[in-house]
Amino acid sequence: MIEIEQVSLRYRDAKILQDVNLTLPKGGLTALIGPNGAGKSSLLSLIARLQPLQSGRIRVDGLPVDTTPSRQLARTLAILRQDAGVASRLRVRELVGFGRFPHNGGRIDDADRALIDKALRQFELEEFADRFLDTLSGGQRQRALVAMTFCQGTGYMLLDEPLNNLDMFFARQLMRHLRAAVEQQNRTVIVVLHDVNHAAVYADRIVAMKAGRIVADGAPADVLRPDVLADVFGYAIEVTEVAGKPFVLHHL
Amino acid sequence: MFVGLRGNLAFALELRAVRLLALVQVGVAIAVSTVVFQTVTANWILTPSIMGLDALYLFCQTALVFVFGGLGFASLDPRLKFFGEVALMTTLTLALLLPMLRRRFDIGLLLLTGVVLGVLFRSLSTLLARLIDPNEFAVVQAASFADFNAVRSDLLAVGLVLTSIGAVIAWRTRHTLDILALGADSAVGLGVNRSRTVAALLLLVAALVAVSTALVGPVTFLGLLVVALAERIVNSRRHPLLLPAAALTAIIVLVGGQMLLQHGLGGVSTLGVVIEFVGGAVFLVMLLAAGKR
Repeated sequence: MIEIEQVSLRYRDAKILQDVNLTLPKGGLTALIGPNGAGKSSLLSLIARLQPLQSGRIRVDGLPVDTTPSRQLARTLAILRQDAGVASRLRVRELVGFGRFPHNGGRIDDADRALIDKALRQFELEEFADRFLDTLSGGQRQRALVAMTFCQGTGYMLLDEPLNNLDMFFARQLMRHLRAAVEQQNRTVIVVLHDVNHAAVYADRIVAMKAGRIVADGAPADVLRPDVLADVFGYAIEVTEVAGKPFVLHHL
Repeated sequence: MFVGLRGNLAFALELRAVRLLALVQVGVAIAVSTVVFQTVTANWILTPSIMGLDALYLFCQTALVFVFGGLGFASLDPRLKFFGEVALMTTLTLALLLPMLRRRFDIGLLLLTGVVLGVLFRSLSTLLARLIDPNEFAVVQAASFADFNAVRSDLLAVGLVLTSIGAVIAWRTRHTLDILALGADSAVGLGVNRSRTVAALLLLVAALVAVSTALVGPVTFLGLLVVALAERIVNSRRHPLLLPAAALTAIIVLVGGQMLLQHGLGGVSTLGVVIEFVGGAVFLVMLLAAGKR
């Protein structure tokens, strides 16, 4: 369970988050949606202790994120940032293997190797496994980073706009892998999405944010309504239904 | 060590052994500190000299000559001088690091402070150099270049022990260094306590640089060269490979350079000059080769 209580964040005078309260039970896929600058990424990085908590409390699985040893949290929670550039010259297999660091401290054994191979296979990275990251396309690099996040094998996974740079095939495939992780391994996934239609199909719950506050929270059918969307994104959006799921015509 | 050996064997061998060990010690210290420093700052063209340590060393030399005169400088207890310099350089780094640790850790700010302090120490050295006697200035000049010929064996032993400890610590953190190289967010996400680790590593870098600088003088340029070369040779930035490769490259460059100097050039110059010349040439070749691809 992720418990967020009274969390606020500000840079000088800019209020990024204001009194955010949110409880996400274990299991399930939650999508965070909202316009640019709504505070989605900030909330995610606070949960993952990438930034110090200014006020309020956040607990993951009962562990307060500001006082729990970083290594212990890294076995509980994995994060993929949207701008996760890799500075170092690395091969894809090495990068994916770093996902095992919180468990093995860098000494990779056979069990780790099996998990790395599984992640490489899952994201169809086998043919690039021994290529350097800087020789790959943006989408291939993104898949390698997602594979590393999966390889970390944590109960909680936070992904910030993981569909960036991915084509339709791999975007759909990633959402299906996330769904499978939730259903088959009972992992908890929180994902920031810009394409609300992916959220409509794959999420159990959608949390909509605007100007540092949570403005809507519920099942896809309850959040993806014209009135709610107009409030969140600031323009009139039509919603129809396709295959029993809401389909948002946000591009018209 | 055995090239062109003649005369009193025991004397020559001892002299050469001390020099060889000094070269090895400096090579390891410079290589390891540069690798760690580059990883921590996520910048592959920096050397620890940007923290202003060698400028502080130069300032110390000039200030000592200024205060005691050339003769007094030469008659200072070398042990006292060595430990004083190591302590001073490590303290400066600590003083830089501690305020950063209390608030948010910002490497850019740390480096900037180091650069500014370096400029300050250099200007002060220049000022003092103008005030002292030209003859005594020659003493300062001699002390500002790395010199492997006048290394004291008792200090060398201390230097070797300290450098070995530093190298072992760096080797034990080699996997964490790999994770740090991924970038700040990824490192925290994978469970590295970044600010504490980075501060400890910077202190390690400072200690290594301080020991080797106090022993022979400033040779930090060498680090850039050997790390770039080692990275080419092993074709990876993984620390389990890069750390030993860089240390080995540094030893080969230093010992090779010294041999070339003594037996090829007849000892006309100092090793620092030879290394800067060869290093510059290698760097240009590397740049040209990179341009062709």
